[in-house]
Amino acid sequence: MTATTELKNIISEENKVYGKTSVLLDNEMHYCPGCTHGVIHKAIAEVIEDMDIQEETIGVSPVGCSVLAYNYLDIDWQQAAHGRAPALATATTRLMPEKYVFTYQGDGDLASIGCAEIMHACNRGENIVVFFVNNGIYGMTGGQMAPTTLEGQVTATSPYGRDCQTTGFPMKISEMVSLLPGTRYVTRESAETAGAVRKLKKAVKKAFANTRENKGLSFIEIVGTCSSGWKQTPVQSNEWMKEHMFPYYPLGTLKDE
Amino acid sequence: MGDIRLMKGNEVIAEAAIRCGCDGYFGYPITPQSEIMETLMIRRPEQETGMVVVQAESEVAAINMVYGGASCGKKVMTSSSSPGISLKAEGITYLAGAELPALLVNIVRGGPGLGTIQPAQSDYFQAVKGGGHGDYKLIVLAPASVQEMNDFVDLSFELSFKYLNPAMILSDGVIGQMMEKVELSDFKPRWTAEEIEKISGSWATTGKKKGIKRRISTSLDLDSAKQEVFNHKLQAKYRAMEENEVRFEKIDCDDADYLFVAYGSSARICQKAIEIARAKGIKVGLLRPITLFPYPTKQIQEMLGQVKGILSVEMSAGQMVEDVRLAVEGKVPVEHFGRYGGIIPTPDEVVEALEQNFLGE
Amino acid sequence: MAKFKGAIVVDTEKCKGCGLCVVSCPTKVIELARDVNGKGYHYAHMANPDACIGCSSCGLVCPDTVITVYRMKAS
Repeated sequence: MTATTELKNIISEENKVYGKTSVLLDNEMHYCPGCTHGVIHKAIAEVIEDMDIQEETIGVSPVGCSVLAYNYLDIDWQQAAHGRAPALATATTRLMPEKYVFTYQGDGDLASIGCAEIMHACNRGENIVVFFVNNGIYGMTGGQMAPTTLEGQVTATSPYGRDCQTTGFPMKISEMVSLLPGTRYVTRESAETAGAVRKLKKAVKKAFANTRENKGLSFIEIVGTCSSGWKQTPVQSNEWMKEHMFPYYPLGTLKDE
Repeated sequence: MGDIRLMKGNEVIAEAAIRCGCDGYFGYPITPQSEIMETLMIRRPEQETGMVVVQAESEVAAINMVYGGASCGKKVMTSSSSPGISLKAEGITYLAGAELPALLVNIVRGGPGLGTIQPAQSDYFQAVKGGGHGDYKLIVLAPASVQEMNDFVDLSFELSFKYLNPAMILSDGVIGQMMEKVELSDFKPRWTAEEIEKISGSWATTGKKKGIKRRISTSLDLDSAKQEVFNHKLQAKYRAMEENEVRFEKIDCDDADYLFVAYGSSARICQKAIEIARAKGIKVGLLRPITLFPYPTKQIQEMLGQVKGILSVEMSAGQMVEDVRLAVEGKVPVEHFGRYGGIIPTPDEVVEALEQNFLGE
Repeated sequence: MAKFKGAIVVDTEKCKGCGLCVVSCPTKVIELARDVNGKGYHYAHMANPDACIGCSSCGLVCPDTVITVYRMKAS
């Protein structure tokens, strides 16, 4: 058998082991090459398909790079003002308690301008899932310092490296929300390898299962990259993330009750 | 005969919300309107009608809860007073931009800044001209009695769903705190999920069913050409409101030589001023705008052949007077009389202002 | 000899050439093409198809979901 005929044999519908879930729309994503948002969107979409909850899920998108998340997942969406996604999600779950409601927020949106809303939604134990994408930088506005920017990290507004004496310290949001009694599940994940993505999907599944069981708020932080903001290639970004982000933002489950 | 009670304006807002089938209230305490949320908490509507009441962590969170709830096709509301409405301004323009129905109540107090907790009408510009960014309008209703506090809750929801636009009840600390006889509305059931699907299924984010397009609640369009087209649509909607929804009341206008234009509690003061003036032989009438947007411009213009002068009476330094002048286009003299910073004018002061401005006294 | 034979199909026009699939592949099947697609990206392709075991690692880490993975038992 020649190589070409063998390939033809393999590439057939019954041999398909991985492809695009129907919960993801065909729209091309506007994200930069290698952006972690795409992988996280896909992981959420795949879990929604696996759990067969597409008709019952409502997403709340933030302001930031993922403002247009509603162009990619084929579910109903609300697009929140900057930082306010947990407030929208609160009303949505209170008024439609049988639905699966999630917010999808970046570090500027959740940890800076939306700090009050996320803390209080967590404290009230709203029955929602929060996806917190932490890449330590403002992506959409052009790479400015975020509350989660690492000490010494160079950004557009910390051009000489973040000086913690004047700008404060990188905020460990997952640790903070895990102290609140309203949160039931708090975990920090990543999405740079196949193994990490599988783990992330497991966490997403658990979080939506918590919603189904009316357990309260599940908080999933995903440490990701921003190649454009970090001014590195996507592959270099993953290496930089492992070397610098993971030691300060250690992966793993912080709370599971 | 309906259910007649003696109640505070603020309490009536709460009671009317429960009775008209409101699904959710999201608020934050601020004087002089805290009785609205307090009354709801005492009434426990979640047990009676299933209405949800949430004390939010801030006005900012409260208005964004309203945005989320409105996105679900539910009848939702918030209330606040002046400084709180300033905080809500961003959320209000998002509601207008996403074409969502909602009821906003402003029990106005004196400003600027933290100002005072006493009544004022100095948020007219904020309610009628904007407050938030962008070209948007609110439907603004100005009650002048506790009865209208009751009636305008249901009316606001009706107009707000008709036009898919937020509506505001612009009241003040006088009407909010005042006790008066009120005939409460009958109970209407809350909409069922099926009714919501029927009424608002094209846009309400209730979970995407198979075979239909996903619903997105957003005010964002990065394509400027599309954004301009969308703005045309909004403007057409506002013109339709001007065509169809102007509400006003005329008192003693038939033989009037002079006209007061006043809304809300100022209109009540003007009614007494009319009595005093007429006893002195000055024939004055009152045109009370009930909708501040859309504004009764035509109705003011219709008086121009008849009256020799118009006095806009407001508890502000002169805000609505600008709309009166725009209506009058210089054809008769228009003057303003106002007390502000929390001071309520007396009827005598109003008559005195009329005399000073128009009768050379 | 691997127990499974695999293959991938890349939607080359949608690929942004980020290269994350290249480093994720345990058997070094994928490379970025010398050619570019309509957007100017060096798209991913199977440079070494014989080595593919259909593990799906590339598909999982692809941010733009442009990779479909096939797998069958080796004959």
